[in-house]
Amino acid sequence: MSEGLQAANAPPCFLSKEQFAKLFKVLRALEYDVIGPTIDQEAIVYDRISSIDDLPRGWTDIQEPGKYRLEKRNDDALFGYVVGPHSWKQNLFPPVTTLSVADRTDEGWQFSEPEQDAPKFAFLGVRACELAALKIQDRVFLEGPYIDPQYQGRRNQALVIAVNCTQAASTCFCTSMKTGPRCKAGYDLALTELPEGFVVEVVTPQGEAVINALETQIATEENQNQAEAARQQAVDQITRTMDTTDIRDLLMSNLEHPQWDDVAERCLSCTNCTMVCPTCFCSSVEEVSDLTGDHVERERQWDSCFNVDFSYMNGGLVRNSIRNRYRQWMTHKLATWIDQFGTSGCVGCGRCITWCPVGIDLTQEVAAIREKQT
Amino acid sequence: MNSSCATGETSNAQPNPWVPQTARIREITPEVDNVATYHLTLVDPAAANAYHFQPGQFNMLYVPGAGESAISMSGDPDSPETLAHTIRLAGNVTKSISEMKVGDTLGLRGPFGTSWPLEACKGRDVILVAGGIGLPPLRPLIYRLLAERQQYGRLHLLYGARSPDMRLYTAERSLWSERGLELKETVDRSNPGWLGNVGVVPLLLERLESFEPKQTTMMICGPELMMRFTARTAMQRGMTAEQIWVSTERNMQCAVGLCGHCQLGPEFICKDGPIFRYDQISPYFKVEGL
Ligand SMILES: Cc1cc2nc3c(=O)[nH]c(=O)nc-3n(C[C@H](O)[C@H](O)[C@H](O)COP(=O)(O)OP(=O)(O)OC[C@H]3O[C@@H](n4cnc5c(N)ncnc54)[C@H](O)[C@@H]3O)c2cc1C
Ligand code: SF4
Ligand code: SF4
Repeated sequence: MSEGLQAANAPPCFLSKEQFAKLFKVLRALEYDVIGPTIDQEAIVYDRISSIDDLPRGWTDIQEPGKYRLEKRNDDALFGYVVGPHSWKQNLFPPVTTLSVADRTDEGWQFSEPEQDAPKFAFLGVRACELAALKIQDRVFLEGPYIDPQYQGRRNQALVIAVNCTQAASTCFCTSMKTGPRCKAGYDLALTELPEGFVVEVVTPQGEAVINALETQIATEENQNQAEAARQQAVDQITRTMDTTDIRDLLMSNLEHPQWDDVAERCLSCTNCTMVCPTCFCSSVEEVSDLTGDHVERERQWDSCFNVDFSYMNGGLVRNSIRNRYRQWMTHKLATWIDQFGTSGCVGCGRCITWCPVGIDLTQEVAAIREKQT
Repeated sequence: MNSSCATGETSNAQPNPWVPQTARIREITPEVDNVATYHLTLVDPAAANAYHFQPGQFNMLYVPGAGESAISMSGDPDSPETLAHTIRLAGNVTKSISEMKVGDTLGLRGPFGTSWPLEACKGRDVILVAGGIGLPPLRPLIYRLLAERQQYGRLHLLYGARSPDMRLYTAERSLWSERGLELKETVDRSNPGWLGNVGVVPLLLERLESFEPKQTTMMICGPELMMRFTARTAMQRGMTAEQIWVSTERNMQCAVGLCGHCQLGPEFICKDGPIFRYDQISPYFKVEGL
């Protein structure tokens, strides 16, 4: 997606479901690789999709701390779910990628960039909290003193088609984090699903190029009211909250709080929360050698501050207990991220709550610390 | 963040920060048991010409198949053609380097990180405190201080080593003394014939005479505990945390603030450090397991 140029403040248009079905062909013609929601192994994941039939039509997700299951809806909604275990970071910051290549020559080692063309993605179905997460990862990978070239290549070309939430899960707290549920910025197109079609907001020339290839009408006032009501439904369903008042100082002045020991009793240090989090960016680098040892690639893999050897140094571990590792994760996410990137590292998507095998809920951990400050 | 406290040098940053340059070993100087200094030359003349570093900065040295390690420059910043790294054998990567010969090549990314604050030393007394392999990252600073000797007041090096025969740069140390760096040494364990101090480095500071705390800037490099105790002693003797600088260490996979490993509280050791003013890092330094 590209910011800057805003297409003329075009009024929202209405895209019928029939026309929406043609979106896939239009995106293909524009050479986009379409990534969107689809059902795989009893979860709604983001994957390569090629037609409207790949979407989770008529399904929704039920989420609670430590629980996720799909359930049939009583309608044919295409985007009638919240968020699943995947996030778009999979595509922009792939779980495994080659960073550099070394070849042994007569002159010694030669180093080069891996040959790879950045794929041109169209992300279909990006939620408001996920738009915020993209923005946060942009800060990390694009806006510091060093730029990650792979992220940059993928991100610059990506088309972002947002879809407003019309319902929320019990684990959502985007309203507390001020990231949603309404999609406000950071997309090329934003859709709100109605039974017969979508109300579409177009903000960039890239989005305009797509929508111009489809037949649309100007959205009627009724369409717009219906869309607003649908979006309000999501707002009304959000029950979880996190009090973020002075949260940076709250956590950083409670680094020895007994709650860290309490959560350490429950946490398995399994890394799930960091893998599903759309903003977590830690990685480690490994050597991958061919049989001769003359061609070696450096491979980056997602890593997690919950992994035991993450803080390995001088033959020992800095964070040598689950308490220290959980404290690192949460203080980074909610406190020091603010020092580092001028924003919280949490967008309130609730994934870490849902996918924690023991249902640890960071909003409750924060509340417990706030309640009894040391 | 907080780059105000130490000067970052990112001007040599390559377009793709992940791809190393080829460096050739020009000379190897054995120092003490398991420690040697590797003098490197960047093979690409343009890269070699463009390469500049500030005292305290480090490179990522890469042995394909073994991995990468953060190693500080230990040579003279004003003659970067002697791109020196003094390396202690610690594990996988450093072992591979220790097995290399003159003429061999390896990968180099850098320079990275903040540097010792020379500006904060002008017209002042300077105390450098080194523990063990903490001396090499201070050596570029020593070269600078001695090159502009008249711009500084009294210069001290307080140096602690495990044993007398583990002291680095023996021949050079006496040259430094001759040129106006007052050297005080201590060892953890003495050898027969050793008549000097035995004990931890902060003792040298406790015993330092004619010491004017208000007039002094201190820079410390060594094991974390040693740095904490030294800083504490300095503050007990009247210095403030704002006059003290330390060089920190954490696991590093990228050196460019992208891998997340080197965080200490809000700081990325690789890009916000490794050199910090003590008041900036001490709140986190003191927290066990942070
Ligand atoms: C800013 C900085 C400057 C340094 N300067 C020097 C120097 O001038 N001379 C010197 O001898 N050593 C220096 N070190 C320490 C040196 O980086 C480690 O001793 C080295 O990485 C160990 O790697 P290894 O593969 O031999 O050991 P292993 O124990 O096999 O380590 C495996 C990997 O863990 C990581 N690792 C382990 N220990 C450290 C550590 N202390 N710091 C960072 N990463 C680590 C590295 O990625 C390493 O490749 C410095 C460290 C930092 C952070
Ligand atoms: S910390 Fe949890 S709720 Fe916040 S963005 Fe990450 S996964 Fe979502
Ligand atoms: S908080 Fe939950 S998901 Fe995260 S590491 Fe601990 S057990 Fe795993």
